Amino acid sequence: MRDVYVLGIGITSFSRLEYPIVEIAAYSSVVALKDAGLNRVDHVFVANMGAARVNHQTALASALVDHLNLMPCGAETIENGPASGASAIKTGWMAVASGLHDTVMVTGVERMREVNNLEATDFVASLTHPYAEQIYGVTLPAMAGMFARLYMETYGVTSRHLAMVAIKNHDNAMLNRFAHLHEKISMEGILDSNDAMTNNPFVADPLRFYDLCPVSDGGATLILGTAEMAKKIGKPLIRLAGVGQATDTHCVHERANPTDLLAVRGAAGKAMEMAGVKPGEISVAELHDAFTILEIAESEEVGFFKKGEGHIALEEGYTELGGKLPINTSGGLKAKGHPVGATGVGQAHEIVTQLRGDAGERQVKNASKGLTVNFGGFGNNVVSLVFVRE
Amino acid sequence: MSIDLEGLLRPVDNPAPAFPPKIITLANGEKMVIRQVTRDEIPFLLPHVKALLDVERDYYDIVAARVYAELLAYYRHRVQDEYVLIAQVDGELAAIVNGRSLSPRVGVSYHTLSLKRGARVGAHAFAAKMEYHIDILKHDEVLIVAESPIGFRRWMIEYKLEKRFDIAHELGGVPSYALTRELFERVRSSLIVGSRPVPEELLKKAMAGILPPKDPPKGPADLLAATRAMGDPTGTGLRAMRQKLEKLEGGK
Repeated sequence: MRDVYVLGIGITSFSRLEYPIVEIAAYSSVVALKDAGLNRVDHVFVANMGAARVNHQTALASALVDHLNLMPCGAETIENGPASGASAIKTGWMAVASGLHDTVMVTGVERMREVNNLEATDFVASLTHPYAEQIYGVTLPAMAGMFARLYMETYGVTSRHLAMVAIKNHDNAMLNRFAHLHEKISMEGILDSNDAMTNNPFVADPLRFYDLCPVSDGGATLILGTAEMAKKIGKPLIRLAGVGQATDTHCVHERANPTDLLAVRGAAGKAMEMAGVKPGEISVAELHDAFTILEIAESEEVGFFKKGEGHIALEEGYTELGGKLPINTSGGLKAKGHPVGATGVGQAHEIVTQLRGDAGERQVKNASKGLTVNFGGFGNNVVSLVFVRE
Repeated sequence: MSIDLEGLLRPVDNPAPAFPPKIITLANGEKMVIRQVTRDEIPFLLPHVKALLDVERDYYDIVAARVYAELLAYYRHRVQDEYVLIAQVDGELAAIVNGRSLSPRVGVSYHTLSLKRGARVGAHAFAAKMEYHIDILKHDEVLIVAESPIGFRRWMIEYKLEKRFDIAHELGGVPSYALTRELFERVRSSLIVGSRPVPEELLKKAMAGILPPKDPPKGPADLLAATRAMGDPTGTGLRAMRQKLEKLEGGK
C-alpha cells in the first residue's frame, strides 16, 4: 500500500451557522483546496450524520461536488454516527493507499442548530438500540450520566475532576478562533459558589451543564494524497500513518464491564500499531469529549494512563497545554463544539495544525505525532487516527 | 393663554420602591452587580445599545432597536412607570433589562439584552427583573413575551410560564405569557440567585461609571458571511474563488 499524506486542511467556525449545509461544507472545502493549492481532486467523501433528518437533504457529496464544480470526480456520503468524520477519513485513506485515487477530499459537515436542542438531542439518540434503549427514552446525556456515575464509584473520579476537564478545554478554546464556546469558566463559578447550582445545573446526574458539549454547526475538510503530491505542495509533510477501527455491543448494558471502552482500546491500539507508535510517543491528542467523563476514560483506554488513573494525570496537569501530553488543545468537543458529522475531521484538522506548527498560542512544543479518537454510538463504533510529521 | 403641552404629553410615574442591588457569581467566577439605573444614567447606556442595531444574529437587531426606543422614552418621559436594571462586571456593562408596572397588580416585562454573551448573564438579569416585579413591586403576575428562540427557552420553558393568549403584549401585540407569584416561588431556589448586600467596593465601582462591553455581540461567523456578502446563494462566489486559484496556479 502507498503512504498517504495530508495535502490541505480547512475548517469553518463551529458555532450556529445560518447557511445551507452544502454552503458550510463548501467553505471548508474551498479553504482546504486553497491550502493544498489544488483545484481538482479525484474523489470526494462527505461525512454527515443527520442531514436527512435535520435538514431534509440527502446525497450531500453529490451536492457539494456540484456546488464546487468538481465534476466529474466521484462522490460519496458516509454516515457512521458521531464517528462519521474519522470513518470518511479512513475511507479516503484506503482510496489513496490502495492506488485507486491520487487525491481525495474528505469533508465533514453538520447543521444541527436548524432544529432546537430537544430535537437535536432526540436525533442523536437515534443511534441507540431502538428496542432496548431508545424506546425507554434514553438520550446520550442520560447514557453518559450513568456511565459517569459508575466510573466515579469504581475509580474515585469526582465532580471536581469532571469540572477540571471542562475548565481546561474551555481555556484551550479561548485560544482557538474556530471554537464554538469562547467562554472562560472557573471552579468557583461552576462548582464552589452559592450560585454554582444555577450556573451549572444537573442535566443527567452526576453530569452538569458544563460537562456536556454544545450542539454545533460546522464543517471541516482534509485533502489526502500521495507522497509525490505532498512533496510538491511544499508544506510540512504530515503522514496519516495509522488508522484503526473497532466495534462493541450496541447496548451498553450488554458489556461485561460498562466502564471498559473496548472499541476505543481496539481502535487506538490498531492505529498506533499501524503507525509504529507507542502511546508514550504521542505529542498531542484530540479525544472525543462529548461529555467530560469521556476524556478521562478515553485517555486511559488509548494507553496514555493506567485504567482508573486518568483523573490523577488530570490533577497533575499532565494533559493541559504545557503539560507532558496535552489533550484537546482545540477545546475538544466540549468547547470547540460537536457538529457530529464534522467532528472527526475537525479533530484531524487540529492535529495537522499542531504538527505543522501552526497552532499559534495553543501550539504544543515539538509536536511530531498526534492521535485522534472519534467515538461513535456510545462507544460501539470507534475510529482512531495517528498522524506523524516527517 | 398658554397650554402646558409638555405637561399633557408627559405621564406621571407612580411611586415605586427601588431595586436593592445584588451580586451574582458567574460561571467564570466573575462577580456581576445588578442595580437599578436612574434616568440620568440612560444616556450612558444608549451608545452601547445603538451599536447592536446592525447585529443580525439571535434577534439582537430588533431587540436593540426596541430597547433603544424604550430607554429613550424613559429618559424623555414618554412612558409610564418604566424601570431599568443593568448588570455590570467590573463596571463593564453586561446586560440591560427593563419593564414597567401596568397596574399595582400586573407588571410588564419589556426586554433582556445581554451585552456579554454566555455564563447565563441574560438569564441572571431576567431573574433579577422577575424578583423586582414579584418581591419588590408586589405584582401578582408579569406579562412576558420573547422575540428570540433563546428567550423562549429561557423564559417560557425554564419558568414554565402560563399562557395569557387573550392579552396582547405591549411588544408587538403578540399573545402574552405570564409569570405568576406561584410559578416564581417554584423556581425561586433554582433560578433566582445572588446575594445582598453588594460589597461596598464592588458597588462603588459599578456606580462610578458604566464601562463599555469589552466583547459585545457580533454578527454571524465572518468567514461564511463573506461568501454571503458576495451575493452567493448558489456558490457562484466560491466558484469564482476557484477560478482565481486556477489562474494563480496555472491550471494545476
